[in-house]
Parts: sequence; structure tokens; C-alpha cells
Amino acid sequence: MQLLMQLQYFLLLAAALFCIGIYGLVTSRNAIRVLMSIELLLNAVNLNLMAFSNFLDPAEVRGQVFTVFVITIAAAEAAVGLAIVLSIYRNRDTVDMEQFNLLKW
Amino acid sequence: MNIADGVQVVSFAVLALMMLGAALGVVLLNNIVYSAFLLGLVFISISGLYILLNAGFVAAAQVLIYVGAVNVLILFGIMLVNKRQPFAPVRSAWLSKVATAVVCLGIFALLGTMVLATPWQLSTEAIAGDGALVKIGLHFFSDFLLPFELASVLLLMALIGAIVLARREYLPDELEEETVLTLPERPRELTSSGSRSNP
Repeated sequence: MQLLMQLQYFLLLAAALFCIGIYGLVTSRNAIRVLMSIELLLNAVNLNLMAFSNFLDPAEVRGQVFTVFVITIAAAEAAVGLAIVLSIYRNRDTVDMEQFNLLKW
Repeated sequence: MNIADGVQVVSFAVLALMMLGAALGVVLLNNIVYSAFLLGLVFISISGLYILLNAGFVAAAQVLIYVGAVNVLILFGIMLVNKRQPFAPVRSAWLSKVATAVVCLGIFALLGTMVLATPWQLSTEAIAGDGALVKIGLHFFSDFLLPFELASVLLLMALIGAIVLARREYLPDELEEETVLTLPERPRELTSSGSRSNP
């Protein structure tokens, strides 16, 4: 019973972090804060994977392998995202998300 | 509840409160530099939660990659585009914020109901603990070999792509204009003498 409650604690915590990340992703005006919100989302997913790895699959730790992959992809995503933000900033001279409407039909 | 369980529960509560508070700070604070440092605090709290989940290697990787690389990269990005501009107000911004908050609370309620209602089939096997590092290495080179190699190729592509995107496409030509302006006669003499001496 103790272990069961702990798994659900971790999952609820990850859900809360995911919701905070989505709120920041939608409402942020600054492009870099949007990137930070995406990092929050990825960390919430990682926390889920680690909780499942510890409580449902403790012998073969596949969840930890997935978490390492997600951390790798997140690092690549942060590098490419910041490069895109830098080049947009050079073109439009702002980081306001409301003015990035170049592709809007 | 013995003392080990008590310590685990108390440290979980402290880490969870720290993580949620720092995440709210990341999203809600106005100064983005504070947000970046609070993001580092979120990463460190999550690393502590990983240690509570018997995963020391991933906790160390979290600290190294997220706090050491991603957070520093984000701080560099903030310093490079550090433009203190007041954003132009958008019509009915509060409405979108309220709607987003309602949707997020709805998602949290949905996820919470799902988590609490699902009968999780907990495993009773022995926890790998510190042997997880060996297990992760075995997984990387046996059944996760293709994703592992693809991740290395993807990292290379992302590195090259980031450099190509962030590089300045053209050099500012003010320097060339200055040299042309200060030495107006020299290039003509050079080209004329060069064209004469060539044939």
C-alpha cells in the first residue's frame, strides 16, 4: 500500500508539472520562456518514465533508458530552438511571440 | 512506518514543493533571468526525485546535461537577445490567460483521475538499484542499439543545424566601406597597375 501511494504521488506531481508547462507554453510572450516551458514538459514526461521504471519494471530498467534518450533529444531541441530564436531575433528585432506571424495565413 | 520511509516521505514532500514553486516561478515571474535560474532549481529538484526513485545514474545525467548544458545555453540565449522591451498589449489578454488556466486545470483533473483510478500492477521484483547502470549499458548495446546510434546521428545533425542557423549569414559591410572611404585612390591604382602588369 505504501508503494502504491508513492507511485501515484509521483504521477500526480508529474501531471502538475506538465500542466504548469502547458500554461507557460500557451501564455508566454517571450520566445525563450516558451523554450523553458518546453523543458518543463519534457521533465514532467521524464518523471513519469522514471516512476514507471521504478515501480512497474524495477529489474529491467527500461524507463531509465527512455529517460536518457529523452534527455539527449531535449538537449538537441534546446540547441536548435535557441538558434531559431536567435535568427528570428536578428530578422524581426523582437522576441515577442505575438509578432512572429510571418507564416500566418 | 520506520525511519527510512519517514525520511523518504519528508524529502519527497520537500522536493515536490520546491519543484512546483520553482516551476510556477519559471512561468509567472516577469524577469526572465530569474525564470532561468528557477528553471535550474526545477532541474535539481527533479534530480533529487530521481535519487528517491533509485536511479543515481540518471540523476547525475540530469544534473550534468540539464543544469550544466541546457540551462547555461538558455542563459546564453537570454543574454544574447536581452532586449528590455515592453510588449505591446494584446486585446483581451486576461481572457486567454483565464481560458488557458481553466484548460490546464481540466487536464490536471483528467490526469489525476486517470492516475487514481487505474489499478497499477506493481512489480515485486528486486529493485536494480546501483546495478541499473550496468543494465542501462546492456540495453544500449543490445535491444536499444538502433535508437542509440540514431540518437548520435541526430545529435550531430542538431549541432550542425544549430551552428548553421545561429551563424551570421553576412558580415556587416561597414568595415569595407570605411576602408574605401579613407583610401579612395588606392584600389584604382592597384587594379590599373595589376591589369597593366598582367599581360
